[in-house]
Amino acid sequence: MSQPVIRVEELYKQYRLGLVSTGTLVHDLNRWWYNIRGKDDPYEKITVANNRTQKVVSDYVWALQNVNFEVQQGDVLGIVGRNGAGKSTLLKILSKVTGPTKGQMKIKGRIASLLEVGTGFHPELTGRDNIFLNGAILGMTKAEIKSKFDEIVAFSGVEQYIDTPVKRYSSGMYVRLAFAVAAHLEPEILIVDEVLAVGDAEFQRKCLGKMKDVSSQGRTVLFVSHNMTAVESLCNKAVMMEQGTLSKQGTSAEIVDYYLHSGSFDKRQINFEGLQNAIGNSEVKILSAAIENKSSNDPDEPVDVTSAVDVTFTVVNTSAANRLYVGFDLRSAKGETIFGAGHKFDAPQGKPIEARCHIPADLLNDGHYTIFTYIYTAEMRQLFKQEDVLSFQVKDTEREAGFMGKVNGMVRPKLAWDTKEVQLV
Amino acid sequence: MSATAQQEQWTEVITPRKGLLDINLRELWRYRDLIALFIQRDIKAQYKQTILGPLWFLLQPLFSTLVFFFIFSRVAKLSTDGVPAMLFYMSGVVLWSYFAECLNKTSNIFTLNANIFGKVYFPRLVLPIAVVFGGLVRFGTQLLMLVLVLLFHVFFKEYHFQPNAAILLVPFLVLLLATLGLSLGIIFSSLTTKYKDVSFLLAFGVQLLMYASPVIYPLSATGGKLRTLLLLNPVTPVLETFKFAMFGNGYFSPAALGYTAIFAVVTLGVGIVIFNQVEKSFMDTV
Repeated sequence: MSQPVIRVEELYKQYRLGLVSTGTLVHDLNRWWYNIRGKDDPYEKITVANNRTQKVVSDYVWALQNVNFEVQQGDVLGIVGRNGAGKSTLLKILSKVTGPTKGQMKIKGRIASLLEVGTGFHPELTGRDNIFLNGAILGMTKAEIKSKFDEIVAFSGVEQYIDTPVKRYSSGMYVRLAFAVAAHLEPEILIVDEVLAVGDAEFQRKCLGKMKDVSSQGRTVLFVSHNMTAVESLCNKAVMMEQGTLSKQGTSAEIVDYYLHSGSFDKRQINFEGLQNAIGNSEVKILSAAIENKSSNDPDEPVDVTSAVDVTFTVVNTSAANRLYVGFDLRSAKGETIFGAGHKFDAPQGKPIEARCHIPADLLNDGHYTIFTYIYTAEMRQLFKQEDVLSFQVKDTEREAGFMGKVNGMVRPKLAWDTKEVQLV
Repeated sequence: MSATAQQEQWTEVITPRKGLLDINLRELWRYRDLIALFIQRDIKAQYKQTILGPLWFLLQPLFSTLVFFFIFSRVAKLSTDGVPAMLFYMSGVVLWSYFAECLNKTSNIFTLNANIFGKVYFPRLVLPIAVVFGGLVRFGTQLLMLVLVLLFHVFFKEYHFQPNAAILLVPFLVLLLATLGLSLGIIFSSLTTKYKDVSFLLAFGVQLLMYASPVIYPLSATGGKLRTLLLLNPVTPVLETFKFAMFGNGYFSPAALGYTAIFAVVTLGVGIVIFNQVEKSFMDTV
């Protein structure tokens, strides 16, 4: 029978917003006064749920609110959720960096996390010194590090520079050495926060490789990621966090499905009843808009990198012009424009017209996208523009080699190749 | 054995508040290698890229001593209790700077190491302990310099050196200084995490405290209320006993030393309790 290695019970974490000032001292004294009289914290009542979409009125927010879950030995648990949902706070409490406000967390075994890569590296010290220092900070004894020292150096590939101060290292060498130390920890529970590891594809791949290693040895892994394909292919279970609460737990497939169909990256359709509700202005209105999957019989199916996608807008022209230009920019979740596209067409006043743009199959990379829409007259006089009219996610598909991290690039076109034999000259 | 009983064998339970005396010394012991490595780091890194290197260990107290010598002995003509002025000031400076270093360096431990503390857990007491032990290396070399200056006085200045049995107390005096510095330091460091005001207070507080200790003047030069006030300063008996042990001139009273020892133990207890409470939540406020 598998055993629980982590049990989280009614966990709460309160954060104070705003500045530390004279007011803090008053609050502290007040809180202490309630405490010695055996009363509850007076500021707990005015603490509000962490919701980024609303302006927070209270000085206190709950970063975590009544979180309960259990992880079994050998599980690879995905933790998904949007930025600010409380994932990192949860990990911080797990790794004992900060304490909970209420509730408790029980752990069996040693925890190590790959978000600590390079922690405590001192630039003036040599690679050798830093291996020992960093290893000890991560919880190894000197003897343990000594026995793995050669392995660590070989893994890092910086043998020649091992007696050089790390401030002379290139950033790549630095990361490799740091990762080599972390990779030689042997924790019962490994935490991988992929969100913090973005930007270095090689590093990401190494993290994922280490994760597979650990889980194949029957140890437990907690994996935080925004990449649903990674979660789906690497994890067997997952939990979804929203506004500091654990909103759903289940198999990774269930949670990924839930994630993709909830919240801000799944505004695949907007539809307004009647012109008065539609977005726009006195000159032009957008009655509806949608992202449709054309590779499937059901246009609402999740989109993956092989899907053909239609972007549609139904507009009503109420301006004096009789030709319109409707266009959009496809933007990545980070806000970079991947490409823009537009089209001019006849638009008789007052009549709804559907404009449809076909994005071919095998073009988009996996990721989250938003649509920034703009409408001009044919003479390029701007009538209307709006950001985030639609948003959607493109999933990766399982490749033959298994999941190996995101493919580089803004787009991922499938291009024709051929090979032929040639004569030696 | 039932399955549920087996399930309850957790290695760790994380809860919001610790008991006041819930101090995990065994864990601290487990991290002794880390303490050693931090000491090594501080020593190695401190004087990297300097030409004089560890010579700075000696130059700092030497210059302070010279400055004191000229200002307080030559210009102000303050008494040094019959002890050669150089020896008198240097012994005061060496002892005081060890205490001040322990206090100053532990007092900003949380703020200075926030980036490490924010990412990984280890018993936070590891760092202040490393500071105190690391300071001993420096202190040891400075003490050696003091002995050399003493020998110089014996051979070239015909100084009559008459140590007494109290010299055996020197290790105990160092222990007292270390404990005082450490415990006051961790109390201050716990307070600075939330209220940075404290660090401003401490910066000149330590300097002022030096003038309230018999570093540049002997206790015997004071009298009345001032003397009582000076004796309330727990560093005073340490400095005086050291001078008594080395030069035979100084105020030696087991009662005063006992006062310092009790003071040190009590502040250490209070310091560890406060530090222990703060280490859990300081990341949220620092």
